[in-house]
Amino acid sequence: MQLTLWTYEGPPHIGAMRIATAMQGLHYVLHAPQGDTYADLLFTMIERRSARPPVTYTTFQARDLGGDTAELFKTAAADAFARFQPQAMIVGASCTAELIQDDPGGLAKALALPIPVIALELPSYQKKENWGASETFYQVVRGLAQPRRETEVNPRSCNILGPTALGFRHRDDLAEIVKLLEAMGLTVNVVAPLDATPDDIRRIPEAAFNVVLYPEVAEVAGRWLERNFRQPMTTVIPIGVSATREFIAQVAKLAGLDPQSALAAGESRLPWYSRSVDSTYLTGKRVFIFGDATHALAAARIAKEELGFEVVGLGTYSREFARPVREAAAKLGLEALITDDYLEVEAKVAELQPELVLGTQMERHIAKKLGFPCAVISAPVHVQDFPARYSPQMGFEGANVIFDSWVHPLMMGLEEHLLHMFRNDFEFNDKAAASHLGHGASKPTTPGANAAPAAGGWAPEAERELQKVPFFVRGKARRNTERFAAERGIPLITIETLYDAKAHYSR
Amino acid sequence: MNLPFRAPSPPSCNDIPVLRERGQREVFCGLTGIVWLHRKIQDAFFLVVGSRTCAHLIQSAAGVMIFAEPRFATAIIDERDLAGLSEIDAELDRVVNRLLERRPDIKMLFLVGSCPSEVIKLDLKRAAARLSQLHSPKVRVLNYSGSGIETTFTQGEDACLAALVPFSPLPANGYVPPLLVAGALSDVAEDQFRRIFADMGLPDVGFLPARTAGAMPAVAPGSRYLLAQPFLNDTARALDERGAVHIPAPFPLGAEGTTGWFKAAADAFNIPAAKFRAATDAAHIRAKLALEPHREMLAGKRIFFFPDSQLEIPLARFVAQELGMEPVEVGTPYLHRQHLAQEIGQLPAGTVVSEGQDVEKQLDRCRDSRPDLVVCGLGLANPLEAEGFTTKWSIELVFTPIHGYEQAGDLARLFSRPMDRRTRLGV
Repeated sequence: MQLTLWTYEGPPHIGAMRIATAMQGLHYVLHAPQGDTYADLLFTMIERRSARPPVTYTTFQARDLGGDTAELFKTAAADAFARFQPQAMIVGASCTAELIQDDPGGLAKALALPIPVIALELPSYQKKENWGASETFYQVVRGLAQPRRETEVNPRSCNILGPTALGFRHRDDLAEIVKLLEAMGLTVNVVAPLDATPDDIRRIPEAAFNVVLYPEVAEVAGRWLERNFRQPMTTVIPIGVSATREFIAQVAKLAGLDPQSALAAGESRLPWYSRSVDSTYLTGKRVFIFGDATHALAAARIAKEELGFEVVGLGTYSREFARPVREAAAKLGLEALITDDYLEVEAKVAELQPELVLGTQMERHIAKKLGFPCAVISAPVHVQDFPARYSPQMGFEGANVIFDSWVHPLMMGLEEHLLHMFRNDFEFNDKAAASHLGHGASKPTTPGANAAPAAGGWAPEAERELQKVPFFVRGKARRNTERFAAERGIPLITIETLYDAKAHYSR
Repeated sequence: MNLPFRAPSPPSCNDIPVLRERGQREVFCGLTGIVWLHRKIQDAFFLVVGSRTCAHLIQSAAGVMIFAEPRFATAIIDERDLAGLSEIDAELDRVVNRLLERRPDIKMLFLVGSCPSEVIKLDLKRAAARLSQLHSPKVRVLNYSGSGIETTFTQGEDACLAALVPFSPLPANGYVPPLLVAGALSDVAEDQFRRIFADMGLPDVGFLPARTAGAMPAVAPGSRYLLAQPFLNDTARALDERGAVHIPAPFPLGAEGTTGWFKAAADAFNIPAAKFRAATDAAHIRAKLALEPHREMLAGKRIFFFPDSQLEIPLARFVAQELGMEPVEVGTPYLHRQHLAQEIGQLPAGTVVSEGQDVEKQLDRCRDSRPDLVVCGLGLANPLEAEGFTTKWSIELVFTPIHGYEQAGDLARLFSRPMDRRTRLGV
């Protein structure tokens, strides 16, 4: 039993819904109690989709449990087929239906529908949303993909696998990557699951290779296609300037093309913006990164190599991808935080006192509570992270978007200095937010004020001196000073200690 | 059905055809009530004992992902708990301890049952009693079920309040307020109601739930109670079992509903007509005035209600009687005929009342009848907008102060704003 304030992922059948909702002509019949239909609003309200997800719920109630819930399922499946006339159907159970063990797969088979029916086994009490999406996509591909006709394969054709409904910027990433691939002279055979029909899935083996954009969703299917259809797949995720360049090189190699023209044509403003002198203040900013594995890994690399930040924490809730995150963290001299426990992440952020948090909607809560700037880099996200404007994370334009959205929450360089110099200005002070974030945007609490005073710790005059340090570095100053004092057995922190510590850590 | 109807003699509710349907129900489960209950009772915490789906539902349901520190959480059952590998009592104790350490301000903890906890027959009543003993007197632990197999949306509040009733205190001096109002109301409406009751000569009215755990009103045999919400079946039964007596009334929505509601209390306590009018007339007139501009926009428009909160029948009565709208179909998850007798009797003849749901068939009926306004849940609203319908998402009718005279205009605005918006947009 796990205490959960917020969950990073939904249950696995939500992952299945993300596949079904992304596709056309596929219907999902879900054995589930009344109430589970809440999931529709993830798509219709949070993502603002204009159509209902293609999902039929049996919505059984307590009184049905004594009767025949299996019959209820069969009726629902038959009615759904008759009404929606899908090309294929997926069937499964949500957490409660799993407990009553009605076997939706077997029941659907007994209906002998004239379309492929794919049974999903998604263990709700073990697995979560991304696993459910991955398993569903794999089962759909496995169940529908047709044997390859070797002679017809165009070496410059590829599929794009991974974008789903409710994905973080999937719509725009896809547009960006299609543009990039087509500029390289490639033909995109099938994009799946987003907007693919079951017929499109059948045609997946006709391409020369697969571009896997979101390993959380499509790596398992990609590996299966590699084994069964000798279709290699890309492994580089094109988020950030360097990764996009490597992605181009990898694609060019798979397609037998020269990458040079694409690399030369590729323009991102990020490198120049990062070198521009006004970005000097970004140097060594301490960032905490948490998200799904793909976005957390990409963020860590961009933060370090492309913006000159210092990564002080790196973690993911994607246990399936813990290994690469652990490796990346180790290279940064860190221990990765692999957890789906929001409270653990919150405690880590409070301990590290970063200057910027890059995370999910949940880290946005944490950052707000603790008073740190924050940018969202990964699902789960809320309605404001499905923007109207074109806003990819991938490719060269994605790098531009990332530069803007990460730098925006921070105090600008010169303002930071002025605040340091004239800390008591009645208008521009600790309590005010960065000027460009608008008047009245309040700084809820400063991290320093939030941290509990260390036992026996600070002399009053030292505490007052600490308050003169701008809020966005005050937490760090407090933490460093306390560590400095603890290491040296200094019982009371004085102004001297504060500046000794400052000198010590400025080396 | 021998309750008094309001003049002029409306058609009997037997004249209203009721369409009963079974099929896919596009409704929330009772866990969703936590979204407002955790704000209403300020020192209570709601711990759902359920699955990841439950946690995901609550955080997704009402856009509450925007709250940084809610007073609710989920104890997620995992496969070890199901396989009997872990001692489930010990697990629950551990989770509750961690929670109470984090939130020392909590005085009342609800263990909320869910579909999985009901199916595996987890005895939360026993767990609550045990934990209550453990944490008494600091924290009282209660339980109720918000499971989807037993409750629909607002029935979660019903179950929660029903769980509170047996624990309502009997004060040492034996004094019990003569009147109790059951049903979570917005704080502003509750304050207005208190003032009106005081002006009527009832200065001491208990509200269930109170805003803090320690302030829950006492109930004793002979207490009279009014329902402020139409979905409080179990709560009413629990109050009856304590010997309290229900005052049949319409619901305090709009000018007429609110006056009818107060009038029922006035009659029950033999309050002189002049005193009643002095307490309510000005507010009644003000409410009518506030409704007028909305009535101009909405009169003659046809409205279709999908089932959601059980507020549908009183709301349909309000929009028909006070705004001149024409209800086409009024869907409700459950039809409690007795509590709704005074509302349903005032629906215009020809209104279809439907109970339960088969969402696909109901959507067909909705499309066929081409209403001017559709009241529906979040899962249906945008898809219907995309089809060209004007919609009002029903959850706003639960999360907005709509009760009482001073909110009558706000309630009307919830219906008129979507229509107003249509006329403004040029894209």
